[in-house]
Amino acid sequence: MAIFLNENSVVIVQGMTGSEGTKHTRRMLTSGTKIVGGVTPGKGGQIVDIDGHQLPVFNTVAEAMSATGANTSVVFVPPKFAKAAVIDAVDAAMPLVVVITEGIPVHDSASFYAYSLSKGTTRIIGPNCPGLISPGKSNVGIIPADITGAGPIGLVSKSGTLTYQMMYELRDIGFSTAVGIGGDPVIGTTHIDCLRAFQDDPETTAIVMIGEIGGDAEERAAAFIAEYVTKPVVGYVAGFTAPEGKTMGHAGAIVSGSSGTAQGKKDALEAAGVKVGQTPSETAQLLRDILGR
Amino acid sequence: MDLFEYQARDLFEKHGVPVLAAAIATTPEEAEHAATKIGGKVVVKAQVKVGGRGKAGGVKLAENAVDAREKASAILGMDIKGHEVRTVMIAAAAPIESEYYLAILLDRSNRTFLVMASVSGGMDIEEVAHTAPEKLAKIPVSAVDGISAAKAKEIVAAANFPSDVADQVADVLLKLWEVFQSEDATLVEVNPLVKTSDGKVIALDGKITLDDNAEFRQPDHAALVDHAAANALEAAAKEKNLNYVKLEGEVGIIGNGAGLVMSTLDVVAYAGKKHGGVQPANFLDIGGGASAQIMADGLSIILGDSDVKSVFVNVFGGITACDAVATGIVQALELLGAKATKPIVVRLDGNNVVEGRAILSKAAHPLIEQVDTMDGAANRAAELAAK
Repeated sequence: MAIFLNENSVVIVQGMTGSEGTKHTRRMLTSGTKIVGGVTPGKGGQIVDIDGHQLPVFNTVAEAMSATGANTSVVFVPPKFAKAAVIDAVDAAMPLVVVITEGIPVHDSASFYAYSLSKGTTRIIGPNCPGLISPGKSNVGIIPADITGAGPIGLVSKSGTLTYQMMYELRDIGFSTAVGIGGDPVIGTTHIDCLRAFQDDPETTAIVMIGEIGGDAEERAAAFIAEYVTKPVVGYVAGFTAPEGKTMGHAGAIVSGSSGTAQGKKDALEAAGVKVGQTPSETAQLLRDILGR
Repeated sequence: MDLFEYQARDLFEKHGVPVLAAAIATTPEEAEHAATKIGGKVVVKAQVKVGGRGKAGGVKLAENAVDAREKASAILGMDIKGHEVRTVMIAAAAPIESEYYLAILLDRSNRTFLVMASVSGGMDIEEVAHTAPEKLAKIPVSAVDGISAAKAKEIVAAANFPSDVADQVADVLLKLWEVFQSEDATLVEVNPLVKTSDGKVIALDGKITLDDNAEFRQPDHAALVDHAAANALEAAAKEKNLNYVKLEGEVGIIGNGAGLVMSTLDVVAYAGKKHGGVQPANFLDIGGGASAQIMADGLSIILGDSDVKSVFVNVFGGITACDAVATGIVQALELLGAKATKPIVVRLDGNNVVEGRAILSKAAHPLIEQVDTMDGAANRAAELAAK
């Protein structure tokens, strides 16, 4: 099972012919992801050889889908062209679009997110995210495939490196799916979407949720957990020492006034019955205690 | 990026939002000159990016140009909540009959845009939202459809603007939408929007936040950056394209990935409780690359901070290989030579960790100390800073 991504995921890479796109296409292929082609407007008809894989390039996502049967797209297109790339994928009714690109103007991401909602046929993950991995099945994005293998833990996080850190801490147990949802102010898939999917996924028995300062996504997730999630959830929140009004790397990680503080998020999660660790290691230990491993 | 009031006013004017005549001044003489040009009574307003300046004495009415010079002299150099007043705006005074509130912003929670409008403007709008939420209309705006003339009318009606100003307010709203969209803003706020005694609707004070991600298509926005406010270390880091924020503590931090670095600050502060309350000295994310040059740039910024007593390099090798990071640290210390004087605790994990740790062990640099876990390394760095 796993969530959003599994052994039946057939993947195309938007921006495959760019340097980042080529580099990560190679990495994804090495980790066993079923990649069947790429999309670069104006370069349709070319064939790109990546480590012996002959990958056709298409001008549009619709062409790529009809030729290859792809059901997942991963976007490595630079910020300037990212909106057009995502709209192209939504127009083709691509079921899953994972946007890795960092630095997309929020007017563009708000616009392609609203557009995807109006069409109702595409789930967007990201932007500014590391992607997602269902170990042993498929890996879409830039998460290293060799940190850990398949197992019963579901992970959702705004941050890439904290995702890796947590996977590493719990590498002996393994993960059903780890989803990096991204640190931008507008993202396509939220903590809540992932929590719901993990709750409904029979292969996931426990959930780790990593949040950070800014916005109210964690508070909303806490309310959702109290109402809907019966599986054990442990949490971690980064940014206790972040001062008000300073952006901490992620465009969304900024404390404004009294809202969006790490303490507020931790309190909300604990009130919903989520055990929250002080450090990533402590959080991993809380999960071990729950699983008895 | 948050703009000063006068910068917001200029963008309003550029897009046809009605504003009053105004000019900025950095000396009392300039203020007098500006007031003479505007004529009559003027308002002298401190330009600071923080709320509550009125209560702090940063906004004063001046009877004439000479009075404006005196008022400016009192306001310039003031400290308002930690912000030094370096500029004042001299604006024409207007006879105000009513005060309203109007804003367009990014609504993160609902992942859409939002208009907030109220006929009870002028005061703290968060207070209004809290005590009398029925007086603040909140209307979602689709990022695809935006605000049309019809939508603007609908919003003005929903917020119960009086009929004598409804058309003017709707027109202001349309123009604010133009500001919001064409300038890539995430917040455009007018508070107060006023009706003058002769029935005109004017934006009296404004706040704009621009999206830094849109820099590539907003070349004019570079001129709006307030270089004087940046901390010297932050300015140096920006020049090297480093993602650095200066904080108040003693432990210098370098890490890869925004989330992990934020977490590193917390873990250090947590460990610091056992070591006399030492705190992280900065946020510094060197990103995925972590070449020797980036590491050297990062280390030299941090070692240039006289508050720093120890350094904690915390890297999880995802795509980045730990051996490359280790090589970077060693080469950085060679580049820095005698300038490197503070103990450096390094924690490496992930991709090629064995090779990475071996490189550091072999280099046997007297300043470098390796600790295997993040919590352990944070504790050691805090301990070294406390000595």
